[in-house]
Amino acid sequence: MVGEGLTTSEEGEEESPIPPSYRHHRRNSSSAVAASCDGFPKHSHVRHPSGADTERLAASQRELAESDSRLVFLGDPGLSDPRFEMPRNSIRTAKYSLIIFLPRNIFEQFRRLAYVYFLVIAVLNQLPQIAVFGRGASILPLAFVLLVTAVKDAYEDWRRHRSDRIENNRAASVCDPHSGRFFSKRWKEVRVGEVVKVLANEGIPCDMVLLATSDPTGVAYVQTINLDGESNLKTRYAKQETMIHPPGEDHPVDPAGFIRCEQPNRNIYGFLGNMEVDGKRVSLGPANIILRGCELKNTAWVIGVAVYTGSETKVMLNSSGASSKRSRLETQMNRETLLLSAILIALCLVMAICNGIWLGNHSDDLELAQFFRKRDYSDRDDKDENYNYYGLGMQVFFTFLMSVIVFQIMIPISLYISMEFVRLGQAYFMIRDANLYDESSNSRFQCRALNINEDLGQIKHVFSDKTGTLTENKMEFQCASIRGVDYSGGTSLRENGEEHCIVAASNQILKPKMSVKTDPELVRLLRNKGESEQGKQAREFFLALACCNTIVPLVVDTSDPKQKLIDYQGESPDEQALVYASASYGFVLIERTSGHIIIDVLGNKQRYDVLGLHQFDSDRKRMSVIVCCPDKTIKLFVKGADNSMFGVIQNKVDLCMIDATKANLHAYSSLGLRTLVVGMRELSRKEFEEWQSVYENASTSLMGRGKLLRAIASNIEKGLLILGASGIEDKLQEGVPEAIASMRQAGIKVWVLTGDKQETAISIGFSCKLLTSQMTQIVINSQSRESCRKSLQDAIAMYKKFAAISPDPFENILTGIVSTRVPMALIIDGTSLVFILETELEEDLFKVATVCDVVLCCRVAPLQKAGIVALIKNRSDDMTLAIGDGANDVSMIQMADVGIGISGQEGRQAVMASDFAMGQFRFLVPLLLVHGHWNYQRMAYMILYNFYKNAVFVFILFWYVLYTAYTLTTAITEWSSALYSAVYTTLPTIVVGILDKDLSRKTLMKYPQLYRAGQRDERYSLKLFILIMTDAVWQSVAVFYIPYLVYRQSTIDGSSIGDLWTLAVVVLVNIHLAMDVRRWNWITHAAIWGCIVATAICVIIIDCISTLPGYWAIFKIMGTGLFWLCLLGITVAGMLPHFSAKVLKEYLMPSDVQIVREMDKFWRIAATTSEIQNE
Amino acid sequence: MSPQADPAPEGDAGVVERRKKSKKPKYSRFTQQELPACKPLLTPTIVISTFSLIGILFIPIGLTSLSASDIVVEIVYRYDTECIPQQSQNDKLAFIQSSETNKICSTTLTVPKNMKAPVYIYYELDNFYQNHRRYVKSRNDKQLRSKAYEQETTNCAPEATTANGSPIVPCGLIAWSLFNDTYSFAIQNKVIEVNKKNIAWQSDKNNKFGSDVYPKNFQQGGLIGGAKLNESIPLSEQEDLIVWMRTAALPQFRKLYGRIETDLAANEQISVTIENNYNTYSFEGEKKLVLSTTSWIGGKNDFLGVAYLAVGSLCLFLALAFIVLYLLKPRTLGDPSYLSWNKNPDGHQ
Repeated sequence: MVGEGLTTSEEGEEESPIPPSYRHHRRNSSSAVAASCDGFPKHSHVRHPSGADTERLAASQRELAESDSRLVFLGDPGLSDPRFEMPRNSIRTAKYSLIIFLPRNIFEQFRRLAYVYFLVIAVLNQLPQIAVFGRGASILPLAFVLLVTAVKDAYEDWRRHRSDRIENNRAASVCDPHSGRFFSKRWKEVRVGEVVKVLANEGIPCDMVLLATSDPTGVAYVQTINLDGESNLKTRYAKQETMIHPPGEDHPVDPAGFIRCEQPNRNIYGFLGNMEVDGKRVSLGPANIILRGCELKNTAWVIGVAVYTGSETKVMLNSSGASSKRSRLETQMNRETLLLSAILIALCLVMAICNGIWLGNHSDDLELAQFFRKRDYSDRDDKDENYNYYGLGMQVFFTFLMSVIVFQIMIPISLYISMEFVRLGQAYFMIRDANLYDESSNSRFQCRALNINEDLGQIKHVFSDKTGTLTENKMEFQCASIRGVDYSGGTSLRENGEEHCIVAASNQILKPKMSVKTDPELVRLLRNKGESEQGKQAREFFLALACCNTIVPLVVDTSDPKQKLIDYQGESPDEQALVYASASYGFVLIERTSGHIIIDVLGNKQRYDVLGLHQFDSDRKRMSVIVCCPDKTIKLFVKGADNSMFGVIQNKVDLCMIDATKANLHAYSSLGLRTLVVGMRELSRKEFEEWQSVYENASTSLMGRGKLLRAIASNIEKGLLILGASGIEDKLQEGVPEAIASMRQAGIKVWVLTGDKQETAISIGFSCKLLTSQMTQIVINSQSRESCRKSLQDAIAMYKKFAAISPDPFENILTGIVSTRVPMALIIDGTSLVFILETELEEDLFKVATVCDVVLCCRVAPLQKAGIVALIKNRSDDMTLAIGDGANDVSMIQMADVGIGISGQEGRQAVMASDFAMGQFRFLVPLLLVHGHWNYQRMAYMILYNFYKNAVFVFILFWYVLYTAYTLTTAITEWSSALYSAVYTTLPTIVVGILDKDLSRKTLMKYPQLYRAGQRDERYSLKLFILIMTDAVWQSVAVFYIPYLVYRQSTIDGSSIGDLWTLAVVVLVNIHLAMDVRRWNWITHAAIWGCIVATAICVIIIDCISTLPGYWAIFKIMGTGLFWLCLLGITVAGMLPHFSAKVLKEYLMPSDVQIVREMDKFWRIAATTSEIQNE
Repeated sequence: MSPQADPAPEGDAGVVERRKKSKKPKYSRFTQQELPACKPLLTPTIVISTFSLIGILFIPIGLTSLSASDIVVEIVYRYDTECIPQQSQNDKLAFIQSSETNKICSTTLTVPKNMKAPVYIYYELDNFYQNHRRYVKSRNDKQLRSKAYEQETTNCAPEATTANGSPIVPCGLIAWSLFNDTYSFAIQNKVIEVNKKNIAWQSDKNNKFGSDVYPKNFQQGGLIGGAKLNESIPLSEQEDLIVWMRTAALPQFRKLYGRIETDLAANEQISVTIENNYNTYSFEGEKKLVLSTTSWIGGKNDFLGVAYLAVGSLCLFLALAFIVLYLLKPRTLGDPSYLSWNKNPDGHQ
């Protein structure tokens, strides 16, 4: 049931329409192949299961349809139909070439709306009738931004070009199909179908199907760290059929051989194909392919045939850019930007209408008025010709357009650029934060998405994976139940001596890299030669653990030449733990090839032939192997989840033993252990042969292979003898309970989504203090839609009952604080979610979930995780954050507003898909409570401030225009207008946006409740916007009218008063900013005061240009006392309302942040005193 | 209790190597955002002292400004209607446009108070949009500056070139509309000398208007805008033009005409002879003659003083208001009981 969502959607992919296909015929082959240019699925993210959860799903369940495959001819790239257009192996990560750089880069840049706005304004300004600014001043801001971005892009692209060139020119060894000789070729020249040889420690040039390896059994090891970040070695196999005659000097490539495989796709864990070579048909799977980006390890050489090259390789298909999310503040900001546009248009309309009225009233005067001179007298022949006058209507229209140009900065385009800088700076500090550095994995915090920093300050729901996120995902074998007898008295190994787990091989000592504490009684039982039934079963149990896995033992040299270590490499930490455990009990897995494994059973080396392996899948929830034991008996070993195992046991079974095992299992999972049940069956010769024939058919079949194999597995896995069960501890990460407690105080709800069983999930919930004994648990684990509905309705009834007790529940629900007296926890499992998600029951679930303090979802499939996140995201305004470490969390991470990847044990898919990545779950607390809080406060203030500062400037221009007959003259020089938002006022906002701190880290950590400021949108709302805009109007009035009234009937010239206005507005907005800065360090001082000085210098420079009308004006006006009195008066009068309002607000309606700041300052709480000492 | 990794294999070398590669961010106050900083808070003391300080500072400044404005003596005489003979009152425009009419008009002004030299003579225009977009752009500063750019008449339309295409120097509407009323003064038939030297900014004369640029083709178009210029005097010496070319910020403005460098005693009768040439009648403009002394505050203007007094008293009032507020509604700063989660203990678990 759990896997259902996944499978259906996979089938959906197959049904995706295939573009018109091309038919292609070849020599003796009558098979028709369809190829499509983009045959790979459009679904963007890789979906595949985690290696560690019991919920492992088969990698690729897609079947290879004839029509959706690609034909590769061995050693014969030329034969490919040209219409196939298989790319060369050269890769191109660079975006531009020398010729197309300029057009393409400019095109890319203009995809940002802000730049288009710039451009439209600049173009408008070039029309002679409405040219407000000179050419230079109008193009300057746009040109500057374009240039800076272009230089940055060019530099990045040059670096990409360089790395591309290095990558493309690496040497590959390619086999000449005729002579069979290998010769060197550049990577970029490798083509599909060519046979390539790769040596140890070399990179793999393209995706290749293995033909042969240096290992006689055809094993090759690859390190996939570049591909998925997993550092353990993966085993890949060459097929025995191709191993016999590896292409080379003595054996040219079989000209008739060909491979049929899938179209290129992104799934790095899936491959499906088959190969016809020497007339035999061989099936190919993900284990037979090595991918570009990997490195060959521990294998002298491999030979393979290229199937996907260049841009079609899986690594390249996966290298798409990071997801682009928009922060909530930015979305809200759009609303205000629209409002500002409305204000802008209103101002322009007022201007145009007033201009029309003025022109209408003065229509008779204008011909002679010296300042208008409507008629052009220079042409004496045509007395009626007007100079630069196009009739009333056109004049009004032009005035409107001119107003748009003059008032353009009402829309703070520079804000978008400043925001990028601020986020960059904030990211820098998050990355550099020593508190977010994880010692154990040596990883820093990573900011993968740069545009949602401030969202971290507004999170209301955290969805957490369990394994690897709350827990360390370092599995540790704890106890075993064999035949219903519990062995959990593990003691330290050293007391027992280490002898029994060391395997002497000739004169060398081999031993497993890690040892596990063992139960002395169990050890005694195993050692005891007197074959009791219990002892026999214990042996089979550990044999099963050692056999039934996909672990590869690697022998690692140590500094001591006599001693070698066995390192168990595998994709599942559970399996590793089990194999290490069986080794500690004396069943040491020493060697694995594709055909057999060698196990040292209590000192005797024994060879077991692996006849078949049924991989784990989410339907069966178990895996099995069929081995031929040294005594020629054929045994089936199965391990799997308890509910799936107990369904396939022997009929005539010792019920007491089963019950005892179940009881033990229950006890284990109550302790928070992960449990697995192990079973076995001896197969009769006949049974085996039957199985073998269907198995071989199935594993080479083209159509529906996965389904066939599953059916065969289910068929053979029955009538099992239960050997016992194992309990593996999944240790909690450091600091998880404290982190959860902090987040809860901060008003963040933590939901845990796990693939584990309900009991395990609940016990982990208790151990990380998510659940407490006072909580009422609402458990929903239903098997049908109706019972789900009923449980949900019961739950609703229950919370209503509680709600009736508490005074005003709904208000509290809205604020995210639940004040029910009895805290409630909802525990729901994946099966029930199947019936609930995407049906009408969702609404009920949402209601229940939002009133519960804790939600635990167990047994959930990856896509369900995303569904649960979507449940909250779509139905409320709450910000969601998903945190996980495994591939099964990818969909959830991408769905949530903020996705966080834990760079831990389970590989890096989660990190790749995430917006931020870090080493430990507990870092979430400083990340949200400290950085999130800061980022939100800073960014919110910065946005409002930028709206305000540009509005002040625009209103000043507007007031002046009222006294110029509505003709859009500006007293402030055009250069100052252009520089205002770029130079005069930008730097301080950026510095404050990066550095201002309302509260110290320690205080924020001490009072997690302060985080709620962000959840309540306390720092950015329409109300605040309206307030600050009102203030902007008042301040512009102060800036404009004080000089206006002072200089009204004087000899003042436009340039001088313009300089006064310029300086006054810059001083005023910077003082405004200074008044709101909460933490002054030298950088803030330098930025704010430096900016005022810089403005003065700019104004002086502009006034030193003798061909501008304003020449020397600033010196003249600065020489008068009146100027300085005006400046002082403007500043004080302008700031008075803001200052008074601020004082009143802080005194009468102090926010939590304000009170805690006061506490910091006056109460000298412990945290602050130590901080003061620090400083 | 945990699995024991074998300690032997890597040993010290491994540890050293790991330390070398460690990505642990280096500690610095900057990267940890712990730079020494001051954290100002608006405490009652600071608030009250700020308001009081502003009040105490502003009221004296206001008083000083008022007194500075008060000592300025100003005579303003609007003459644009009075200087039109009675018979032309109905068609002022025809009167001013005609070259036949006698535009001389005389009047007598009484000096209200003693006026110490220098007494500045201004003409004041109202409703004249020297800041009109069409007007303010219509000049060419390069041409004004040097002879080499004589041909440069960009932006000067419609007064750029003559009909036959030779450039007008100085070109543009601003120069073309140069004010051309003249004033002369006498007390008891004794002519008072008007000093018209150095009425323009020295910087303009030195660097903005060329000493080698002479007027050319000026005021010869179909419509006479204002004064004519003496073609033998370089632009740098044409101070009336230089003053006029510093376009005013607002539609009501004064421009310096000259200086009287003798003291004028109270109640003296000054007879003024005005040559009323400039056409402000076509756009309902006003013309005034202003005689004024100056102080450090410039001309007569009470606004600044009043504004300072108002802001100063408002601040003093606010200081008082806040004292009252702090007394009536005392709140201990940083009292944790005001925290939202302490006010509403149910609010969290």
